Amino acid sequence: MISLTYYLILSAVLFTIGVFGFLVKRNIITIFMCVELMLNAVNLTFVAFARFYGDLAGQVFVFFVMAVAAAEAAVGLGIIVALFRNRQTLDIDSARSMHW
Amino acid sequence: METLIFIILGTIAAGGAVSILVQRHPIYSALSLILTFIALAGIYIQMHAEFIAVMQIVIYTGAIMVLFVFVIMLLNAREEPAPRQALRFINYLGLPLSILLAVQVSFVVFRAFAGYGISLSPSLANSTGNTAAIGKELYTRYLLPFEVTSILLLVAIIGAIVMAKKEL
Repeated sequence: MISLTYYLILSAVLFTIGVFGFLVKRNIITIFMCVELMLNAVNLTFVAFARFYGDLAGQVFVFFVMAVAAAEAAVGLGIIVALFRNRQTLDIDSARSMHW
Repeated sequence: METLIFIILGTIAAGGAVSILVQRHPIYSALSLILTFIALAGIYIQMHAEFIAVMQIVIYTGAIMVLFVFVIMLLNAREEPAPRQALRFINYLGLPLSILLAVQVSFVVFRAFAGYGISLSPSLANSTGNTAAIGKELYTRYLLPFEVTSILLLVAIIGAIVMAKKEL
């Protein structure tokens, strides 16, 4: 029997990798993928708690998170395409018009 | 046996996640992320969350990642250039800080949930993950959030169309 702690630690590791990639990577698509990875780490936490507390609410929440992630991916990739059309690059450092 | 499968799947998931960072070309990062998602789906099946596992495959690897790969190919994304000299310290500073964050979170988890390890409620041990039960919850107790989600998806459709317009 695997205890809850293992799932939570795997989730923490995945989330941390996502945070690290978000901060270090400079390709905007890769950064976006790291956000998806963080969402997945949270989903894993939800499912683990749903299992160990015997409550289905966690799994229902994962369903909603997935819907939000799908919406986010559609709009976010639309933004990336628009950004690329204006700047001809995917480097995040080039998007600095709001930077002082 | 159960623990062994979890360790294998967890290693694949973490390895795929690390591979996202290591790969320089976005298409390889996307494929690594798909590997992570599929490994997570396996873990969900192990936790008797079959519905979520199938949704993970269908939505994440089937829809979202196809969209990512489509955009990568549409924009002809290239390999990431080497970081500028002034920014190189971020890598060296970020790695220890990330490891510190992971250790910190793991420590809190150990402290807070050390006693909860085995408290699996027996009544739901077999029924959780039952797709019918989730559907019932979704259409009774969570009906309003479910309907709001449909509005969110509608807004996302409109947003994606607006973003893809020629003149922005």
